[in-house]
Amino acid sequence: MIPAKFDYIKASSLGEALTLLQEHGDEAKILSGGHSLIPSMKLRLATPSVLIDIGGISEMNTITEEGDEIVIGANCTHHQIATSDLVREHVNILSQAALCIGDIQVRNRGTLGGSLAHADPASDYPATVLACEATIVAEGKDGKRTIGANDFFQALFLTALQDDEIITAIRFPKVSQGTYQKFFQSASRFAVVGVAAIKKGDGVQIGVTGVSGVPFRATAVENAYDGTSSAAKHAMDGVDDIISDHFADEEYRSHLARVYVKRALEAL
Amino acid sequence: MGTFIGKPIKRREDARFLKGAGRYTDDIKLPKMTQSAFVRSPYAHAKIVRIDTTNARNMAGVVAIYTAEDGCGEYGVPCGWQVNFKNGETMREPKHPLLAKDKIRHLGEAVAIVIAETLEQARDAAEMVEVDYEPLPAVTDPQKAMDSGAPLVHDEWPDNAAFDWCIGNDRAEVEAALASAHHVTEMEYRNQRLAPNAIEPRSYIADYDVNAGKWTLYTSTQNPHLIRLLLCAFVLGIPEHKVRVLSYDVGGGFGSKIYHYTEEALLTWVSKEIGRPVKWTSDRSEAFLTDAHGRDHVVKSKMGFDKDGKIVAHLTDEYCALGAYLSTFAPAVPTYLHGTLFQGVYTTPLIHLNVTAPFTHTVAVDAYRGAGRPEATYLLERIISKAAKEMNMDPAEIRFKNFIPPFDGVNEPGYQTQVALQYDSGNYEAVLKRGLEMLGYEEFRKEQEEARRNGKLLGVGISTYIEGCGIAPSAVVGSLGARAGLYEVGAVRVQPTGKVSVFTGTHSHGQGHETVFAQFVADKLGIDMADVEIEHGDTDQVAFGMGTYGSRSLAVGGSAIIKSVEKVLEKGAKIAAHKLEAAEEDLEYAEGKWTVKGTDKSVSFGDVSLTAYVPHDYPEGLEPGLDFSSFYDPTNFTYPFGTHIAVVEVDSDTGKVHLKRFLACDDVGNVMNPMIVDGQIQGGVVQGVGQALLEEVVYDEVGQMLSGSYMEYAMPRADDVPMIETDRTVTPCPHNPLGVKGAGEAGAIGSTPAVVNAVVDALSHLGVTDIQMPLTPQRVWKAMHA
Repeated sequence: MIPAKFDYIKASSLGEALTLLQEHGDEAKILSGGHSLIPSMKLRLATPSVLIDIGGISEMNTITEEGDEIVIGANCTHHQIATSDLVREHVNILSQAALCIGDIQVRNRGTLGGSLAHADPASDYPATVLACEATIVAEGKDGKRTIGANDFFQALFLTALQDDEIITAIRFPKVSQGTYQKFFQSASRFAVVGVAAIKKGDGVQIGVTGVSGVPFRATAVENAYDGTSSAAKHAMDGVDDIISDHFADEEYRSHLARVYVKRALEAL
Repeated sequence: MGTFIGKPIKRREDARFLKGAGRYTDDIKLPKMTQSAFVRSPYAHAKIVRIDTTNARNMAGVVAIYTAEDGCGEYGVPCGWQVNFKNGETMREPKHPLLAKDKIRHLGEAVAIVIAETLEQARDAAEMVEVDYEPLPAVTDPQKAMDSGAPLVHDEWPDNAAFDWCIGNDRAEVEAALASAHHVTEMEYRNQRLAPNAIEPRSYIADYDVNAGKWTLYTSTQNPHLIRLLLCAFVLGIPEHKVRVLSYDVGGGFGSKIYHYTEEALLTWVSKEIGRPVKWTSDRSEAFLTDAHGRDHVVKSKMGFDKDGKIVAHLTDEYCALGAYLSTFAPAVPTYLHGTLFQGVYTTPLIHLNVTAPFTHTVAVDAYRGAGRPEATYLLERIISKAAKEMNMDPAEIRFKNFIPPFDGVNEPGYQTQVALQYDSGNYEAVLKRGLEMLGYEEFRKEQEEARRNGKLLGVGISTYIEGCGIAPSAVVGSLGARAGLYEVGAVRVQPTGKVSVFTGTHSHGQGHETVFAQFVADKLGIDMADVEIEHGDTDQVAFGMGTYGSRSLAVGGSAIIKSVEKVLEKGAKIAAHKLEAAEEDLEYAEGKWTVKGTDKSVSFGDVSLTAYVPHDYPEGLEPGLDFSSFYDPTNFTYPFGTHIAVVEVDSDTGKVHLKRFLACDDVGNVMNPMIVDGQIQGGVVQGVGQALLEEVVYDEVGQMLSGSYMEYAMPRADDVPMIETDRTVTPCPHNPLGVKGAGEAGAIGSTPAVVNAVVDALSHLGVTDIQMPLTPQRVWKAMHA
């Protein structure tokens, strides 16, 4: 469990981090909480020659209320998000999801931005990001842009983020009512299935993680929603690329997705 | 109960463990010490075409690189137990080389070792060693390993069998009884493969002293003396008196640290080659690939009953994986530690077990917490519960009907089983009665009916186990194929001031010997516990030892210490008699002093010990000193037993099992420290629950491991189990001085079938009769919808 040799640079500002990223290109990796990157490096599955640590950039470590949105800096840890009064009051579903991640040590280190950039198909946040229609704020050499949740997750471990970009913040619209329901994988405690559901007027918006290579909106359920949980049977309509492993094969995982969508609708 | 015996005294060793002040092998740093890394095979079965170390040798900090070509330990690591074929053919015993030569036989087998100044340099250089492999088809399943045409693990033999074996009554007789039985219950399943997962990974430092011509091996082992013997006499051919093996604190083993591993032998060899100390500590990934695994039996069983539910016969055939090479005790596990427990706690008159033990392209399988006995208990306790359901009987009732009646081994003789052993003492009805009481069994059954009406899936599972601990005597185990004795050494050295050093050949890797052994020594000598120190883990200090496994330390090691305590008191009495000018037979010893009966004339233990070392006024002809060492070879195993009861609720939507209650009523004989016994039982139960619900080593078709990290291998965690409720009955062991039986493995042996029985009970009205372990939510849900 010894990583290959690498250089480590601690960036003191976003500007410096972006410059360093441009300078080192493919050779570099952004280090945030390090809870996915460092284990991969220790197993030598990832061997970046430079780590640019953005953990000390204080401007990315705040949670603020901006009109109808709660803006969460990319460096905020899962623990900060789980315990923030602003998040609890206005995007409670996100603090529920944060509290499902790992254990207290992991939650004290891992960050929202790091987790989203890594795009592990079994991670918890994507379901909530999709259900809430949050926007991801990224900065790169061409300046700042926002990426809609639906456009952000592109494939297994692949996002819309460009190589020279860093996630700086995530903007969550305020949510009146939402729930995150998760079936834990017994070894890793990642999501076998994670379902985020929020009320939007008379309708619902549902994000699902863990089931497919890419997290998705359960649009068939949203369209069929009639105020009860009966639409849950549509949870897997049109979903392909279903994950299969020795904990849950396609059949069982699909079944769990329907069960957890149902539970989410019932919990709303 | 004495001043200390039987009291829940807090463990003395815990202060240093809790403060991070333990002395584990990896904590030790020697001057000029080098570090090492292994180059390991990414294939389960392959030809080694070429190894090129040129680039690696040129890397910064590299001290040396060795491959099999360098002639390290050509004899390889030996096996410590021989089980021959039924037809008399000798067990097939392949060489187990320290580094693979020509051929790879399991994933993670070491091909080369890189020695460097730092661990980082060793790892970097290991990556630069170029090895060309020609991958070959592999077989990892023990039954498939015996198919004709299966890939051969060792080309020198016509098939993969290492041996086959049987025990019990004549097969034809058992088959005939089954054919005429009123009812026959059948089971087919796999007792899955498990990774032991000690919290401290294996760690070794070898240090060759060029000037003295002596070796010191620091090793995380459960039995330092056996390691020294194997290392010197079999692997390296170096003189035993010039090798010191030290294992200070060891962080768990569960069996996996009994064995002599290739790495510790290779490091010892390397240290002399380079003339410097060398360290290797396994990382968790290497531990999954290279620590000996447990279980992996493919089982097919039939049990026959008469119309009243009495067992009339039991026939089982098993395929038991051994792995690519024979680990130290591997052949004993599916045979003498397994088949000999097939009587269970029942009066079964006819039993036959047939075992085929093949090599597989996997890491070795050897003893793991319970070693053969959990496998036997799982089978018996599952099949009798299944039979009860089929015969429309209550699972408690069928057990009461079949129990061996109580016997104390003193007034009533021991119970002679159909499978070689004679049980020492037992009262199986009492523990089941108490277990049912603890739960409130009748009430629970009503609650269960009510729950079912409300759509809830509630179940209860019972297991009434027996196990065999402290395996002995040496002459018997020798006749069964053991290549070692199974006695123990205990020495008591009374210092001139009356302080006592106790030396034991057992080795604590978490059991609490420093506390428990001091408790009974202090009590027997009538002195304070603070005046007793327990020493272990140093071959230079302790005469010899067989180590700690098979729940033997107190029953065998404790008895050896008691023998020495008795010798101390016997000699002390001679000195006391001299000092008191009285006859020895007129003295009595109590509370740390010898008193002339009926008088107030006495002399203390301290006075006597000082006199022994300052023998100015001293009995004529008596040697000075008060220092005794004893070897204790028991007359029999000990046989703890108990009842474990699990209550579960199954989520009907997901199949997830929630363990609601777990009750354990165990009988481990006399209890020295109830808190430590409870802890051992609770820890064992959690491990058994882990096997029932969570844990499984998964190899794919080509021998790659799909469960090689904690992301895929599910260990039980605190929130997976409820508080384990414990109680005890006490049936003393009749044949050892403390009347103790052993508690280290009981929890892991009794608990697994209780949990699975409970889940099957919860789902029985849905037609579920069995589920393959581990009972993952997916497997349970599929069984519900089969």
